[in-house]
Amino acid sequence: MKKVLTGNYAAAEAAALAGVQVASIYPITPATQIGERLSEMSAEGSFGGRLIRVESEHSAMASLLGAASAGARTFTATSSQGLAYMHEMLHWVSGARLPVVMVDVNRALAAPWNLWSDQSDSLSQRDTGWLQFYCASSQEVLDTVLMAFKISEKTFLPSMVVLDGFTLSHTYEPVDVPDEKAVREFLPPWRPESRLDTGAPAAFGSLAGAKDYIRLRRRMAYDMEQALSVIDDVAKEFERLFGRRYEPLAPYRAWDADTVLVIAGAAAGAAEAAVDELRRDGHRAGSLRLRVFRPFPADALRRMLHGGMRLAVVDRSFSQGSEGTFSQEIKAALYSSSPKPVTTGFVAGLGGGDITVDLLKEIWAEAHNGTVNPAETVWMEDAR
Amino acid sequence: MPRLEPPQRLPRIISSPGSTTFNRTSSWRNLVPRIDLALCTGCLLCWKFCPEACVGLPGPKPEIGMDYCKGCGVCAQECPAECISMDQEAEA
Repeated sequence: MKKVLTGNYAAAEAAALAGVQVASIYPITPATQIGERLSEMSAEGSFGGRLIRVESEHSAMASLLGAASAGARTFTATSSQGLAYMHEMLHWVSGARLPVVMVDVNRALAAPWNLWSDQSDSLSQRDTGWLQFYCASSQEVLDTVLMAFKISEKTFLPSMVVLDGFTLSHTYEPVDVPDEKAVREFLPPWRPESRLDTGAPAAFGSLAGAKDYIRLRRRMAYDMEQALSVIDDVAKEFERLFGRRYEPLAPYRAWDADTVLVIAGAAAGAAEAAVDELRRDGHRAGSLRLRVFRPFPADALRRMLHGGMRLAVVDRSFSQGSEGTFSQEIKAALYSSSPKPVTTGFVAGLGGGDITVDLLKEIWAEAHNGTVNPAETVWMEDAR
Repeated sequence: MPRLEPPQRLPRIISSPGSTTFNRTSSWRNLVPRIDLALCTGCLLCWKFCPEACVGLPGPKPEIGMDYCKGCGVCAQECPAECISMDQEAEA
């Protein structure tokens, strides 16, 4: 059934459709309407899971650690400071190998208070062992949440589904909401072999010495690597059932491009519009949307980009003392390529700045004309 | 040093009951408790207070299990007969 939904409402619909049994929410700034909508759906009876209102984001994640350990399908949503406050529990959940799915609405971190769209919150959690998916439409939010449960339950790794604050979280779009029966076929109930069960006692969260600890971390690294093929399998099955296909990297007019804009999130739409305008003016422009960030699709990236290309990586985050997160990761992935594409990092749109078509055309031209030093990050003025 | 075995054979979590029967947790002990059994009155306060429950009672007098003792010294502190001393691990 077609519905008109914001990114937030699409996330709540997806959680209900996925048959989430326990959702924990902490409804305070900077939370989003996802918890609010789940609460309404719970009151109406359209969300059948147990909704727990806790006293902090840290507790929200901690309660899901418990619920998932008992074998429940679990969900939460947060944003910005809330995600930062959860940081410790993110490691606990991934280390305990629990398939919790969380939606993070990308919003800037304080100080100063800002809370508009910015990717620093989720990207500063990149080393927590969570899969990360960056969405570009409300439809993709709904579809990715459904796929994330399946991917997480197969890989025993939690997933963070990320969407842009306001530009996607609060924008109404038509969304094809699949019926529950079809979703149940795609995503049957989760029945983990190993769970808290008084009938079959087991000990979770026990102490491990160095000998065991490194083995557990190695296994996690292996499962994270394998997640790329799981993501691919799940995307194929999703396409077969629902007709929509998602790839880790979404290129747009990129195969014959000489300079490619690389970007994640909803601003990729503006990048595609900029590419169309540049192509109309006779330029060989292309763009590439980074959809899966953890595990990082380095092989696919190397196959897609070649040495003759120039890349303009647009970062809505910045690692102080280094460079934008996507820029670092892309440069690292391409280090072994020979010849390497000339890659320049551009920081733009921090704290809610608009990533406009004109701004992206300017970034593209700077990278294309080589007027910038690729060794230095280029900071762009807010477009407004 | 040898490399880790192939990762697909490694465990994801440790959850088998009784995992501390093979995962001995005394590796960071610096001080070792020693009981002077000649002075011990068998009051069992060390047995009662040991936070790791590693004081056993094979007979009327206690014996400390070194697989799990972390050398915290609670037993020595509580012993009214002052018959438990804490020695350096290296000298033990």
